[in-house]
Amino acid sequence: MKILVCISKAPDTTAKIAFTDGDTKFDEEGVQFIVNPYDEWYALVRGLELKEANGGSVTVLNVGAADSDPIIRKALAIGADNAVRIDAETTDALYVAKQISNYAKEQGFDIILAGKETIDYNGSQIAGMVSELLDSPYISLASKLDMNGNIATIEREIEGGVEIIEVNTPFVLSAAKGMAEPRIPNMRGIMAARSKPLTVVPSSEATAATSIKGFTLPPEKSGCKYVDTAEELVALLHNEAKAI
Amino acid sequence: MSVLIYTDSSNGALTKNAFEAANYGGQLAKAAGTDAIAIVAGSASGLEELGNYGISKVLHVADTELDNFDPQKIAHVVAAAVTETGADTIVFTHDYSGKSVAPRLSAKLDAGLVTGAIALPNGNVVKKAVFSGKAFAEIEITTATKIISVLPNSLDKVETGGSAEVVAFSTEIPSTGITVKEIKKESTELSLTEADIVVSAGRGLKGPENWGIVEDLAKELGAATACSRPVSDIGWRPHHEHVGQTGIAIRPNLYIAAGISGAIQHLAGVNGSKVIVVINTDSEAPFFKAADYGIVGDAFEVLPKMLEAIKQLKA
Repeated sequence: MKILVCISKAPDTTAKIAFTDGDTKFDEEGVQFIVNPYDEWYALVRGLELKEANGGSVTVLNVGAADSDPIIRKALAIGADNAVRIDAETTDALYVAKQISNYAKEQGFDIILAGKETIDYNGSQIAGMVSELLDSPYISLASKLDMNGNIATIEREIEGGVEIIEVNTPFVLSAAKGMAEPRIPNMRGIMAARSKPLTVVPSSEATAATSIKGFTLPPEKSGCKYVDTAEELVALLHNEAKAI
Repeated sequence: MSVLIYTDSSNGALTKNAFEAANYGGQLAKAAGTDAIAIVAGSASGLEELGNYGISKVLHVADTELDNFDPQKIAHVVAAAVTETGADTIVFTHDYSGKSVAPRLSAKLDAGLVTGAIALPNGNVVKKAVFSGKAFAEIEITTATKIISVLPNSLDKVETGGSAEVVAFSTEIPSTGITVKEIKKESTELSLTEADIVVSAGRGLKGPENWGIVEDLAKELGAATACSRPVSDIGWRPHHEHVGQTGIAIRPNLYIAAGISGAIQHLAGVNGSKVIVVINTDSEAPFFKAADYGIVGDAFEVLPKMLEAIKQLKA
């Protein structure tokens, strides 16, 4: 079973969010970057579990510049067999999805996994776009994935509940909470990751369809109004906030 | 030149979130001086109600093959409706349906997509929350055809009155290889992302057996219940109740948090809420900085008293 896991570089969940260049660029100064948690905790770990149970390989793929290499090594340390970085400046989701699909269409992956969204741009776009570009079934927001031969049984979020579906490989899936538990790389994994192959491939011709004009920070909250009793709180919520 | 709106349906009726897309698309079309046309896939009734949000016409593909939600089929149907109407803007709701279909449509039409819009576009520029609500971005769509999904509860509803004309529409539906085996609806529970009020609790509740006070208050308020990540990780509450950066993001009118300290990852999932109430015994809990109203006190005392006060208010 050939599994591809798409990973994105994201600022650490506690990173200070600030902007430079006239508020048009994210300020990376002092920011620690991590593997986007949905990609790592849910997509990558489930991919590894499936490989361990059924055999095959897990390739991680990142579209980005050389500064992505540390997070790619982290994914290798967790257990991916090999890695590919498509050397490109990431402009927008459609551009990235085209890079991924142009690479993946020649490779014959059985399963392509990604997290349900990144924690920086919160787009929820890439996996769906890749599925369309590859003309594959797309299972979004999946919380469970089991394989029996080449048939997958998947639970996914739908309106007011979950749906259990079956689909044959190949397919594209976006992973949400429930798929797997986070894994922490051990020393052996970290050492092994240094010698695992990380192949850098050139980007393919593609155009972006959106561009970021600028960023703003949300207005500060005017401050918390402290109250002493539950009765007072309920009265304020009713009369002042008009929330109940 | 028109605005096409995908309005999602489930169990034979439009979803609450369908009206979010209709409201956004209706206002967008009015501002642009063009028509707002909705597309509905699968068996559904009551579609003329969309007229109350500025939709003039509904294209209805009443094919039972679309009753189960399959993004590949629905993207195909919406693309056919784009061709039929000549729409240059397509609107979705940024819920499970929009997240699944809009990216496929974007790739299919090679059209720029902005997901999670929080305001009507300014020309071709759309505003959305990024960095899990810690900032906003203004994103320009540079293609002629534009796709926007609106974050629920972002835009005030404008009721226009009127009834939409429902027109049968048909297109070839591709087979996709996805077979639905079972659907588990949690119909007794209010959907967390759609709830106007959410009552949430964390480790301060000390154990799963103490959740009765949370559930009672939620029931009285017609609210959904939620929890922090540690609480779902240790199994006190189900995973689908976990709100935060790696759980689900919500933006209700009122968010009541009891016994949650307010780690930055939790705030990222709730900072879109209009009013935030924090109840915590620790006056230094970081959550108070993000709160509108706060009580430094014990959830075990405050929540039951709130319940009594709300009952009295209603009486």
